[in-house]
Amino acid sequence: MTKHVGVIPELDGRGLKEADMGMITLARQKDTHLFALVLDGSDETLKEKLSSYGVSTLVDIRLAGDLQHNPEVRAKAVIGAVKKFGISAVFGLSTARGKDLLPRIAALLESPLVMDCFNVDLEANIAETSRYSGKTLAKIKVTGPVPIFGIRPNAKEPVREPVSAKIIQFDAGAIASTQLRVVKTGETGKGSKISLAEAEIIISGGRGMKNGENFTQLFQCAEKLNAAVGASRVAVDSGWVPYALQVGQTGEKVSPKVYIACGISGSIQHFAGMKTSGMVIAINLDTAAPIMSNCDYYAVADALEVVPELTKLLEKSACVT
Amino acid sequence: MKLFVCVKHVPDSAAHIAIIDHIRIDENISFLLNPYDEHALTEAVRIREMNPGSEVIAVCLGKADAEKTLRSAMAMGADRGILIKTDKRHDSIETALALKTAIEQDGSPALIFTGKESIDDQGMQTLFRLGALFDFPAATNVVRLDIVSGKAVTDTEFSGGVVSTYEMSLPCVIGAGKRLNTPKYPTVRDVMRSRKSPIQAFEFSDLNMETPKARMEVIELIPYIQKRQPKEITGSPSEIAQKIVEILKNEAKVL
Repeated sequence: MTKHVGVIPELDGRGLKEADMGMITLARQKDTHLFALVLDGSDETLKEKLSSYGVSTLVDIRLAGDLQHNPEVRAKAVIGAVKKFGISAVFGLSTARGKDLLPRIAALLESPLVMDCFNVDLEANIAETSRYSGKTLAKIKVTGPVPIFGIRPNAKEPVREPVSAKIIQFDAGAIASTQLRVVKTGETGKGSKISLAEAEIIISGGRGMKNGENFTQLFQCAEKLNAAVGASRVAVDSGWVPYALQVGQTGEKVSPKVYIACGISGSIQHFAGMKTSGMVIAINLDTAAPIMSNCDYYAVADALEVVPELTKLLEKSACVT
Repeated sequence: MKLFVCVKHVPDSAAHIAIIDHIRIDENISFLLNPYDEHALTEAVRIREMNPGSEVIAVCLGKADAEKTLRSAMAMGADRGILIKTDKRHDSIETALALKTAIEQDGSPALIFTGKESIDDQGMQTLFRLGALFDFPAATNVVRLDIVSGKAVTDTEFSGGVVSTYEMSLPCVIGAGKRLNTPKYPTVRDVMRSRKSPIQAFEFSDLNMETPKARMEVIELIPYIQKRQPKEITGSPSEIAQKIVEILKNEAKVL
């Protein structure tokens, strides 16, 4: 029997994100009909893109304008669509936004939920995630109505599979949210523009950066690399950069394609946040630092000397192309 | 008013995790108060100080040894503790239900605090399930909390430096983020005092709860050891930079 599976893409200013496509690829399994549950408006361009990854139905969920950003209202609207279209499993992203949305849906539906999944087997209802600060992989069997899976960004390489698709408008109706009101959403101006959780490349700094000012080097390099800037616990605890940049056990868990660690020793807690990275490049003066023996490439050098050179080279190559 | 703080007894982040029978971990390691819960406690104590006559109650579902975590919570300022004893590991659905039942037996909460996630299971959902069970609003990764004319005004931090301000009716559930406050390490006197603070302990089965229909069950644990084979990049800083660019282009294919 065909399973109706809902995917919740997280749109940014430019539409669908790379991480969405990976998540959709993971949701596309044997005998599934994919419904994209779109909360932020849809159009033909979005339909084209979603259908090229196997989404057959785009559910354009209509919300009253002033309630569009209310996470409680969004959760209830998704639940409305889940019921309306007979959806039996929901996939979303384990991003900061996803962490504010998916557990709300699961709590209201009394559904099982596994966040930060690398893999999901819909037939067996088993999700793979990490436990104990990334020291173990766990297979979790979910039982109950409408299991929900928060997928770790970049966990799956997007694979296209074009299908024909249609858009269905879905009026979520009047959803009252008397308990929670969004007063405002704004940027603090701190942190890098690219979200750590979703970046393809992360350049991260630790004790070896010596002070907050030197982080400017990383931000400049990140801009050329189209990378996000991360930091170790020492760097955030010392106040060099905001906590939002911390990668590790009590910070962001990331899986970029490339993780460049500058002056980071690589404590067990730091590894907990970045060990699923595709490639790890370490630049450190200390040959005995744990990261030097558990990376793909290492350079025994002062990151403060290498990073500016890297930025210069990237500037040059940008001029050529 | 009663300020409840749900705390969890978790393996020390630096502890070596050994897996037994592919399904559980060797618990003969040091356990401590979940780091995010320290922020939850610190905030609850701050709210108590502003509201004379209030009480901070730490609630924990865990094995008998979790008493240590409750003692830490009390050293950090909780007035008393409730320990729901169990030898089983419960999923977030059952945990939320047990916490809710225990809290209700104790009285009406004015606010419920907890860490935004636990560092062992990293489920990120118990606080929302608690909220739904009580029909209270909830917010996660809270980095600011103000109580203004009977409402909770919170900032939730998202990635990329984006912050959303929510206004929630009371009671509500606060999922503490790291930037909410700076927990103070307890003094020797705090620790001495916490030894005498009361803990009410009872068995999980005493709650007489129905088993929830939905379940999340760990069926296998696999050690996650990713041993990489490091290759050295040598040369002057500019040569190293050159080689990194080549690796990014040709091998990682991200440029």
